[in-house]
Amino acid sequence: MGIDKGKAVFVGLIFLALALYPLVGDSYGIGLINKVMIYAILALSLELLVGSTGLICFGQAAFFGIGAYAAVLLSPEDAAASIWLLLPACVLAAALYALFVGALSLRTKGVYFIMVTLAFAQMAYYVVHDTALGGGSDGIYLYYVPGMDTWLDLGKPLILYFFTLLFLVWTFVFLAILLRSHLGRALAGIRINEQRMLASGFTTYPYKLAAFVTSGGIAGLAGFLFVVQDGFVNPEMLSWHLSGSLLMMIILGGLGHLRGALIGAFAFVFLQEFFKSTAIFGDFAKHWHLGLGLTIILSVAILPKGLIGLPEWVQMRLFGYRNPRQVERADAREDRHS
Amino acid sequence: MKRLQTTLLAAALLGTSAASMAEDAALKVGLMLPATGTYAQLGTAIENGFKLYVDQAGGKLGGRGVEYVKLDDESDPAKATDNINKLIKSDKVDVVVGTVHSGVAAAMAKVAKQTGTLLVVPNAGSAMITGPMCAPNIFRSSFSNRQPGFAMGKVAAEKGYKKVATITWKYGAGEESVGGFKEAFEADGGEVVKELYVPFPNVEFQALLTEIAALKPDAVYSFFAGAGAVKFVKDYKAAGLMDSIPLLGAGFLTDGTLKAQGGDGEGLLTTLHYADELDNETDKAFRKAYSEAFDTVPDVYAVQGFDAAQILDIGLQAAGGDVSKTADIAAAVEATEIDSPRGKFTLSRAHNPIQDIYLREAKGEENVVIGVAVEKLDDPAKGCRL
Amino acid sequence: MDFSIFLIQLLNALQYGLLLYLVAMGLTLIFGIMGIINLAHGSFYMIGAYMAYALAPLAGGNFFITLVFGLVLAVILGYLLEWAFFSFLYEREHLQQVLMTYGLILVFEEIRSLLVGDDVHGVPIPALLSGSIPLGDVMTYPVYRLFVSGVCLLLALGLYFVFTRTRLGMMIRAGSVNREMVQSLGIDIQFLYRVVFAAGVALAVLAGMIAAPISSVYPGMGNQILIICFVVVVIGGIGSIRGAFFAALLIGLVDTFGKVWLPEASGVLVYVLMALILLWKPSGLFKAGG
Repeated sequence: MGIDKGKAVFVGLIFLALALYPLVGDSYGIGLINKVMIYAILALSLELLVGSTGLICFGQAAFFGIGAYAAVLLSPEDAAASIWLLLPACVLAAALYALFVGALSLRTKGVYFIMVTLAFAQMAYYVVHDTALGGGSDGIYLYYVPGMDTWLDLGKPLILYFFTLLFLVWTFVFLAILLRSHLGRALAGIRINEQRMLASGFTTYPYKLAAFVTSGGIAGLAGFLFVVQDGFVNPEMLSWHLSGSLLMMIILGGLGHLRGALIGAFAFVFLQEFFKSTAIFGDFAKHWHLGLGLTIILSVAILPKGLIGLPEWVQMRLFGYRNPRQVERADAREDRHS
Repeated sequence: MKRLQTTLLAAALLGTSAASMAEDAALKVGLMLPATGTYAQLGTAIENGFKLYVDQAGGKLGGRGVEYVKLDDESDPAKATDNINKLIKSDKVDVVVGTVHSGVAAAMAKVAKQTGTLLVVPNAGSAMITGPMCAPNIFRSSFSNRQPGFAMGKVAAEKGYKKVATITWKYGAGEESVGGFKEAFEADGGEVVKELYVPFPNVEFQALLTEIAALKPDAVYSFFAGAGAVKFVKDYKAAGLMDSIPLLGAGFLTDGTLKAQGGDGEGLLTTLHYADELDNETDKAFRKAYSEAFDTVPDVYAVQGFDAAQILDIGLQAAGGDVSKTADIAAAVEATEIDSPRGKFTLSRAHNPIQDIYLREAKGEENVVIGVAVEKLDDPAKGCRL
Repeated sequence: MDFSIFLIQLLNALQYGLLLYLVAMGLTLIFGIMGIINLAHGSFYMIGAYMAYALAPLAGGNFFITLVFGLVLAVILGYLLEWAFFSFLYEREHLQQVLMTYGLILVFEEIRSLLVGDDVHGVPIPALLSGSIPLGDVMTYPVYRLFVSGVCLLLALGLYFVFTRTRLGMMIRAGSVNREMVQSLGIDIQFLYRVVFAAGVALAVLAGMIAAPISSVYPGMGNQILIICFVVVVIGGIGSIRGAFFAALLIGLVDTFGKVWLPEASGVLVYVLMALILLWKPSGLFKAGG
């Protein structure tokens, strides 16, 4: 399985555009793109489970939230924490919870798996919402940004921007390599036909668990970045609404492709911004859910493969030379992970 | 988008001259309120109240014309920081008004504190905002969760209740409200025999109503709002408890909910910083104007929106319309007695209203005032270092 | 807790459980038979509740005529929705359907806001059922709650009968197990699905209408009940009408007694229960089609 040059160039261009954006963006734009990159990291972590392994996790927000809460609770009260201690601690905290959840929930399959992951996420949600541990339902502040007064002061928006971008690129490349490794091929096998793998004497459980823990750890990383940017965490970060939105992002972008998660995160946020814009819709912007909902419905109707299928759809409409069935078969053969 | 950026660039190039023009330019007010979801109606009332004041003031605040930028906060704390940043950095608003949800307001307060942007909170009663997060540029035109609860604690003790059970949602606002009630009630010799909590935003109360029936306290203190308040009152009545165990509540229990409660709320005693049939001219004028402008009766949220505009007006007039003169604005607001439809009130050092809390009785669709429960009630503002 | 209070709590638990069952029934039907994870099910519940409020003037304020109006509209709505939004989705991945129903939630909620506004509304209990029965020395039990429980039980029995005793039920059960086979037997599966979907929507709308006098009518009410309904369906075993029934009662018990005995953990208990059950029986308590 080689790397498709066209796709690699496409992804490279996205990262290049992100790296150049601060040259043209204002401070709000930089903050917004920063946030979308964090969601993109989170979406990538979910893509590893849903798109690559076929495990539909409906509790990804919990790992994200645990990473974020860990960052606040493990920070000293009157000084800035060291990034090099705090960041791994957050990843570890999320990964440990993922290990616990994964070890138990991977006994179930399909929709049952979806619901068990939701159940464990809701448990985490109620722990932070109903106990004094993390400030209860109002949330809790991070008063000192990690790395303050060092060369890597994450309180400075530009430094945080490139720090986040670095981790986004790292996550993407790491997952791309991982999916081409022995582990990745095993995961793909599980997605396509776990029964066959089991029948041929292959123990799938440790592979699925490894994917689950990796995914949880990456979500924890995103949680850390989120709390550094906003300086604030709230139980809603662990809610099923966010887990749902993340699923929507990767489905909208296109399942089974890392770049689908990347595109999906950006598209989802920008669609919201677009329909919420009073400059375009005036007073009707109040009803922005309507536009968003209709767009989602439309995209399901005409883009079965998500937004990454858009170029093909355009090609078909304009030139009409590939019929959909051929496209699908061709796609099943080609490498899904770039 | 491109044109926007060019204008921004041009403005930046003009530099100082643009800054000196600021006072003559319109005051940009960012209204960050819920437009969708459970709190949408509250957002509308606050916005209406705010705009009513501005219209009455000739379309001006602090001598400057007013331009609105609206943003749906979705009552989602996870998006709150981005949303308020959008208003401040992208839309370049001069002041922000918002919001209803305490978690969202908490995130907004943090950004306002960092950027020094003027923020008026027209509802969220979280102790955090005028506590640890208090700042010269952050104001609240509504209440702290503790205030109505504390006042009802006094009333309950005066009525001679000895043992009271409390019931609310398990979340910040509910716990703070019950905390206020308990503080006042137990100081005056009462005892809270049981604190009952329902997971937020669950509305299945039957099990806890049965608990109350088994406990047989002298009275029940409750904190619920919106749809939860409607259902709780209906369930309390249907369980037959209304006649045997008096129900007391923070005013939100019956504010804007009496119609939906369909008569089940009749006669309920609640405490709040606003009431119907207040005997003051400001309120009468406000109600008349509001009803004419929006074809609906104003509620406490509309009053809070109205006063948010009023607070801004007072502060900005003292500062000559310059939003950056935070100290002048704060000094003027703190020194002024605000002539609100709720009656006159002042703001504390922490910028929470020091206000009369009324005792009200539900009659028909109104919460009629029957007295002042506590006069000029302050909030301890724990953790505020102003 | 003395014994009479315990009995009242038991009644509360059963009553809550039955109400959950009423909402979850349509979900498990659509879920189990058509394989659609219908996130918009909560929206249908919400639509039902708003119908009970908004259609009442048209029906002259008579609750039962409103119910009939609502049910007719619901069946038409369900039939049209299946035709417009789902009929082309069966060959696709399940998650496509999830995305579709998510889009529908947003659209329904906004249409609701545009048509009826964002206020909280109450729906009066029909005069015929507005009485209450004394229980113990201070409590009473509203007759309407008992009526709701009765309707739930009747529907449960009715559905069970349709499923196990009629030709339609047989086709539906067969369809849930093996779609291709049913098709090869010359049964119009497309039509069958449309009927099932319409029935599922009608059940949710009925639940919303019947629950409206107890729960009141407010924005976002559908999303609140959605997750708990999924919990019911999954614990019971997807597609199992009987399973959903017992799961709903179980949740009613755990929720009710959890609030009383373990108040600190009452929010989380239902999810702990679900996790434990699925770890013990990874595909729910009952098999599909039962």
